[in-house]
Amino acid sequence: MKLSLGPILYFWSKQKIYDFYESVADTRIDIIYLGETVCSKRRSLKTQDWISLANELAENGKQVVLSTLTLIEAESELNTLRQVCEQRDFLVEANDMAAVQLLSEKNRPFVSGPFINIYNAKTLEFFHRQKLKRWVMPVELSGETLSQILQQIKETKLAEGIETEVFSYGQLPLAFSARCFTARAHELPKDQCEFVCEEYPDGLPFTSQEGEEVFTINGIQTQSGLCYNLLKEIPDMQQMGVDILRLSPQYEGIEHVIQTFSNVILDKAGLELEEKPYCNGYWYRKPGKDEIGAVLP
Amino acid sequence: MELVCPAGNYPSLKAAVDQGADAVYIGFKDNTNARYFAGLNFNEKKIGKALEYARSRAVRVYVAINTYPQPLIWPRWKQAVDKAADLGANTIIAADISVLEYASTTYPEINLHLSVQGSATNYESLRFYQQHFNIHRAVLPRVLSLSQVHNLAKISPVPLEVFAFGSLCIMAEGRCHLSSYITGESPNMSGVCSPARSVEWVQKGNILETRLNKVLIDRFHPEEKAGYPTLCKGRFELNGKVGHVLEEPTSLNTLNHIPELSKMGIKAVKIEGRQRSPAYVEQVVRVWRQALDHYALTGRDFVPKKEWTDVLAKVSEGSQTTLGAYSRPWQ
Repeated sequence: MKLSLGPILYFWSKQKIYDFYESVADTRIDIIYLGETVCSKRRSLKTQDWISLANELAENGKQVVLSTLTLIEAESELNTLRQVCEQRDFLVEANDMAAVQLLSEKNRPFVSGPFINIYNAKTLEFFHRQKLKRWVMPVELSGETLSQILQQIKETKLAEGIETEVFSYGQLPLAFSARCFTARAHELPKDQCEFVCEEYPDGLPFTSQEGEEVFTINGIQTQSGLCYNLLKEIPDMQQMGVDILRLSPQYEGIEHVIQTFSNVILDKAGLELEEKPYCNGYWYRKPGKDEIGAVLP
Repeated sequence: MELVCPAGNYPSLKAAVDQGADAVYIGFKDNTNARYFAGLNFNEKKIGKALEYARSRAVRVYVAINTYPQPLIWPRWKQAVDKAADLGANTIIAADISVLEYASTTYPEINLHLSVQGSATNYESLRFYQQHFNIHRAVLPRVLSLSQVHNLAKISPVPLEVFAFGSLCIMAEGRCHLSSYITGESPNMSGVCSPARSVEWVQKGNILETRLNKVLIDRFHPEEKAGYPTLCKGRFELNGKVGHVLEEPTSLNTLNHIPELSKMGIKAVKIEGRQRSPAYVEQVVRVWRQALDHYALTGRDFVPKKEWTDVLAKVSEGSQTTLGAYSRPWQ
């Protein structure tokens, strides 16, 4: 079982991004997803910068995948997407059907991100014929549904060799809008947003009027209020044949998260995650915000 | 432009047809469609009657089979497609890849429309659905500005349908899991958002609370009009302030923009609201029919009549309307 580091979902400075990847270079992360997936106005790094960074990380022995924008509305965004899909050095994660189209048309293998809606085995089989190499399960699906999908493709043999990746740690990306909620919180129009999202390197949480965590806003993206955590579900996932666990970047302490997950995969004890409220409901076919059972292994 | 109207039951369908809908869209009585609400939608007997009524008045019927099936219940979606085909429906509205594939290969004679739940917002994405499933139309998610819709309409490989009036979904449809995060049920999986079975109205003194799976969504003082706890329209606390963090309770209304949409080459305008009453459908369809006919006559000089906007404002959420994402400042 491998560990991946998903794309950075927040707006960080160029220096922070370089520091962040330097800090994970020597960890047991196997796969790193690079690129801006949320807002096309965020340009700490240009496409060429991401590719240079990808080359550096690849030289360090990491498998690098270039992640693409999720909500694509403008021709300029399609042009950036075309640039990424045309390079041949790195695998690409498609986060919108536009990317699926551009990659499959060129017969290029690709990864489908969590917002490509694959809810059943037949859809997975269809994408397998379009050269899908790996899929990231939509976050709202349960372990039970995943095991049914994997069982069905095992029986039909129509999607052989596809790797399965599960979002396993971090605030869950839940929704995308045309509206920038962070700009709205600052009473700024989206077109003059002043990049206020940079002030919230792990997103801007909001609560109910009773103080219960509800969601976290991150520009046009809405995330879960709680941190999703499938650390104790690793044995279940190993058993059903999940290939890769995705950890989502956070501003501080990701090395410790990587180490903790890695230890459990290798059946080594000794580390615990930071104490805070977590959620894992989706995995158990419950409301995503729920926490089922104890979180520590 | 074609006027596409919602019909959650037979009386609504009759109202829509009688008031001049060009097409009505309906769903079966199960979670194969994105309005799986108690007491709503059509069983097989009713759907036959509905088709007959619409056809006798030359109104097209579109069947929405637009949720995302999970493995063990997939056969229900297949049966829904089979049923729609057997009944001779003109069109199926779908989103899931496996449903689109099954429908396009098994019934190539049926028109396929890409549901708004398919979340296609750009040229390449539309091309994907057109090439693989020969879709005849796509319904655009409510995330594009008018100028983006305009640019897309110029190059789109398929005719486009846009939302014209009704409840405003502020997230890209098909890519929103907010409801399942709080309640366990979402539009993609269960055909519902902020489902009624998770709702509680709790009176505490003179404050009325609305809750969704126990999470407090809003609190209303006696002088406020309490609204349904759709979770993206609740009042929450952010940076110490309580307010509508995501969106106010408001409805989408594009009546003033009929000329613009028409000139862009938009094929159809859609009225949201299969969950609304027959009286609502009747009023809204009547206004839109009159407005579209008036535009056809007056062209450039189209000015919406006050009586129309009054009717629409009255039936709108929170009595407010907005252009939503069509307007850049809203974004």
